Amino acid sequence: MSNTTGSSVLGKALRPRKETDRDSTGGIHWRPRGTLQWIGAVLVFLFIVAWAVLSLLPMSWMFTSALTPSSALVKMPPQVSVKNFSLANFKDLLKKAPLLPRWFLNTALIASVATVANLIFDTLAGYAFAKMDFPGRDIIFWAILSTMMIPSQVTLVPMFLLINKLKWYDSYAAILVPGMCQTFGIFMMKQFIQTLPADMEDAARVDGCSEIGIWWRIILPLCKPGMAVLGISVFMGQWKSFLWPLIVLKTERKFLLEQGLTTLQQQFFTDYGVLMSGAALAAIPMIIVFFFFQRYLIEGFTVGDVLKG
Amino acid sequence: MVDGSARISQDPEPRKNNRVHPVLKLLYKKRWAYYFIAPATILFCIFTVIPVIRSFILAFQEFRLMGNVWVGLENFKYVLTDPVFHRAMRNTAFYTVVMVPQGVLKALILASILRNLPEAVQTFFRGAYYLPGVASAVVISMVWKWIYDPNFGLFNFILGTFGFGPYPWLTSPKTSLTSIMLMGILTAPGYYIILYLAAMKKIPRELYEVADIDGATPFAKWWNVTLPLLKPTTLYITITSIIGSFQIFTSAYVMTQGGPGYSTMTVVYLIYNTAFRDFEFGLASAQAIVLAAIIVFISVYNFRVFSTDVQY
Repeated sequence: MSNTTGSSVLGKALRPRKETDRDSTGGIHWRPRGTLQWIGAVLVFLFIVAWAVLSLLPMSWMFTSALTPSSALVKMPPQVSVKNFSLANFKDLLKKAPLLPRWFLNTALIASVATVANLIFDTLAGYAFAKMDFPGRDIIFWAILSTMMIPSQVTLVPMFLLINKLKWYDSYAAILVPGMCQTFGIFMMKQFIQTLPADMEDAARVDGCSEIGIWWRIILPLCKPGMAVLGISVFMGQWKSFLWPLIVLKTERKFLLEQGLTTLQQQFFTDYGVLMSGAALAAIPMIIVFFFFQRYLIEGFTVGDVLKG
Repeated sequence: MVDGSARISQDPEPRKNNRVHPVLKLLYKKRWAYYFIAPATILFCIFTVIPVIRSFILAFQEFRLMGNVWVGLENFKYVLTDPVFHRAMRNTAFYTVVMVPQGVLKALILASILRNLPEAVQTFFRGAYYLPGVASAVVISMVWKWIYDPNFGLFNFILGTFGFGPYPWLTSPKTSLTSIMLMGILTAPGYYIILYLAAMKKIPRELYEVADIDGATPFAKWWNVTLPLLKPTTLYITITSIIGSFQIFTSAYVMTQGGPGYSTMTVVYLIYNTAFRDFEFGLASAQAIVLAAIIVFISVYNFRVFSTDVQY
């Protein structure tokens, strides 16, 4: 914060408020005056608090139910209290669904591989589209980008038939290979790489560095923030994917987590304690990712901004 | 749209009488660029272009193990007269017509309130609204199914203490679709709130200062300055949420399996059933193409309506 204007105590005390005042554009700029308006302001505040409580309610109910023994859950009124908390449901879950840890590992592995593959192929293509000039560049780029408009259901059936023909049915290739690079990722990396200065690349080229060397030694290190955003969104997207694994995986041992959870639900459909502990296990990694990488996630949204045009 | 790179690059072709064709020479010079885009382009052709074309072909065929049979427009005729498809379309359209406006409105109102709060408070609420969005649709649907449980669910318990209910929620064809919608209505649209907040941040401050000089009230400033300038964001949010809600599948699959009856059957669920339960691949392709046509039509229409004078 600059300190150019007068530095009296009063001035300092006032400045932060003035700064935020001037910074905030867009909302309803409203400073309550008088009792009636203050009551209004409190009501508005209660309104947003109520929405926050309402939003967090399902998740907290999931965790409370997961930690409360099933027998206490199916009583009226439900015997939910901190005193009752136990890990019985989780033990029960592992007994009833011995494959669950396996599904968890499968999902973590697939999501990691998909993330690494996307980081490589999306930055490669993004670099070429952003910095290189070659015949057909814009046509190919716009052709790839325009397919984002096509709803994925259109390709669902032909993709399934293709996977069968390739003999990839019930194998992870069916999930990994088509997802190795994503249009959104290519677009995002192109936008990001375009903002990088060309000096270092040019210098490296003069020094006789190969193109792949430039990509590896110069572009990738400079791309780290963009790659963090991309990596997180690919990882989360893959972790949460449901419909495609449901279609192409058949052997229960190979299932991914989301798909596994739905089979659990069909088997134990009223044993909510067990189901909620399974759901909680699936949600925890995502919550952790959210808390650690919140900033990147939100940045990712504003990168996607550009699409709006 | 993205930047000024909308022109096709035309390198001056060297006019030398070498044995190698100049085009080939140019391509060789630029070979690294082609290597770099090769994986993306090849995957894109195999897993997007070809399937899209194949989908259109399949829609005019009946799938048989011995080889597909051309049936002309039969699949489309069947789809358009199929009462189940009509039901699924009605359910999906009803869902969209309710969910999209309320979602956009909720995001706009909550973002407008948050924007005026101190940064730290804003960050807290943004996190609270967004956090439920990190859980997958399967997880969220499982939790809500439990909340809606007619015997021991949270809702019937809470309503019961006030002397209401018990309500059947998901188990009655009359209330099942509404219950699925209520789940969305009671969730804050965290992602859209973040988009709106980011867009609001970008509005030039001078515009508000000018409005201040004119003596505009806070509400007038919001109505006359903020809202018009948020139009591109509103357009983006509207289109993405229309596309999203037309593709609703997971919540219906997990919570109700499309039932009871066909009361929560959605178009994507029907496509899934047609293709992967009944193995009527031709019919499923026709259904998917009808859905895609509707989505594209609505997106283009929205774009036309909204995109008038969005420049600033």
